Amino acid sequence: MAFSNEEILEGLAEIVAEETGLPTDAVQLGKSFTDDLDIDSLSMMTIVTHAEDKFSVRIPDEEVKNLNTVGDAVTYIAGAQA
Amino acid sequence: MNAPRDVVVTGIGATTPLGGDAASTWAAALAGESGARPFDNDWAEQYGIPVTFGATIKVKPEEVLARPEIKRMDPSTQYAIIATREAWADAGTPEVDGERLGAVVSSGIGGIWTTLEGWDTLRERGARRMLPMTVPMLMPNSPAAYVSLEIGAQAGAHALVSACASGAEAIGYGIEMIRSGRADVVVAGGTEATIHPMPIAAFAASRTLSLRNDDPQGASRPYDVDRDGFVIGEGAAVVVLESAEHAAARGARVYARLAGVGLSADAYHITSPDPEGKGQQSAMRRALEMAGATAADVVHINAHATSTKVGDLTETNSIRTLLGDEADHVLLSATKSMTGHLLGGAGALETVFTVKAVHERLAPPTINVANPDPELHVPLVRDVPAALPAGDVVAINNSFGFGGHNVALAVTNA
Repeated sequence: MAFSNEEILEGLAEIVAEETGLPTDAVQLGKSFTDDLDIDSLSMMTIVTHAEDKFSVRIPDEEVKNLNTVGDAVTYIAGAQA
Repeated sequence: MNAPRDVVVTGIGATTPLGGDAASTWAAALAGESGARPFDNDWAEQYGIPVTFGATIKVKPEEVLARPEIKRMDPSTQYAIIATREAWADAGTPEVDGERLGAVVSSGIGGIWTTLEGWDTLRERGARRMLPMTVPMLMPNSPAAYVSLEIGAQAGAHALVSACASGAEAIGYGIEMIRSGRADVVVAGGTEATIHPMPIAAFAASRTLSLRNDDPQGASRPYDVDRDGFVIGEGAAVVVLESAEHAAARGARVYARLAGVGLSADAYHITSPDPEGKGQQSAMRRALEMAGATAADVVHINAHATSTKVGDLTETNSIRTLLGDEADHVLLSATKSMTGHLLGGAGALETVFTVKAVHERLAPPTINVANPDPELHVPLVRDVPAALPAGDVVAINNSFGFGGHNVALAVTNA
């Protein structure tokens, strides 16, 4: 069963909130992980690890650097669900 | 070279089996309470671990720290951060140049929860599920590093490892940083979070833990003839050390002076103390020499005393040999009877106790001594606190570790 984009955003927001302490509603599609959410590379890899687990997808390391915004991540995860 | 500088204590913090802060821990110690309790787990059934109790932390870090802090710090670092925040506030949040501020926080064993949970993750779920923060969480310098981040300590962040002497050695190093002029203020202490089934099983295998499962609160009984081993504890304690000039310039409240550090190694056996106690005596002698004190000045000793027969008596024989007849007026306290053994946190917590004892002129009690060992030849404070004399006094905190590490710290009144 595939997750909808809304479900992916919601799940990702929960993961980011757990990792950073930010409120879930701060995690919006247009937000940059580094510039807006102040997430460093270790935290980003932690978020990726949890997201892979939660959505049963694989996000290769070379893709992670292309995930600038929350929206990029939602789009990638949605497309990676087969 | 300039003369060594005087070092004072201007802040204390702790989270322990007796309380979530230094004040409640000290109050419980003066009241003779035990921090030991039955484990809330099934390790005995699941793994056959023969010990079913320990001195677990009184206030869980989850009640104090933000959730992201819990997730990125091993419990040993969590305890250290809780103690640091308290101590730093207690010192009045000193204004100090980061280049003149140090952090020295030790653990005896390191981030073992993180290490073992990482191994569980790898075996059960594979490398792809390993969390990226695993290494910075498990490394033994993690508490020191996080404390340096917390307070902005740029003069140096250090983690000296010497098993159960680690917390005292950290404070000793902090004293040296200030004496030598490297820093004006140092946050120093120790922490440990090893109440995990693997280390418990390992300590049990070495036959060093008390098996008094039917009486957890009565199990830690240093100097009682019926002692049968130590009670594992957990927690952290830190002190804010400051040069006397720096503290005076900002009008800080001073608890006591940390006037001497004595270090030695037995080079005798990996776990057993040298029965002649030469290394222990050297450590105490060096601490007194640095403090400019003599045997006659010593009024109180917080003993390492873990509640093992050979360890407890080796120490008191060392005290008797070093101090001679002057040992007759020393009030000896074995506070592990109440706190259990915090391993890398023990030397720091007992330094906090010794500082408070000198400040309040009150030696904390030793509990559970129903029948004092006839070979104990130093006056023991039993069940209720004992008053220390007025005037200039010296107290010693002894800490010894597996490996033959000996650390003695000399505390004098401000």
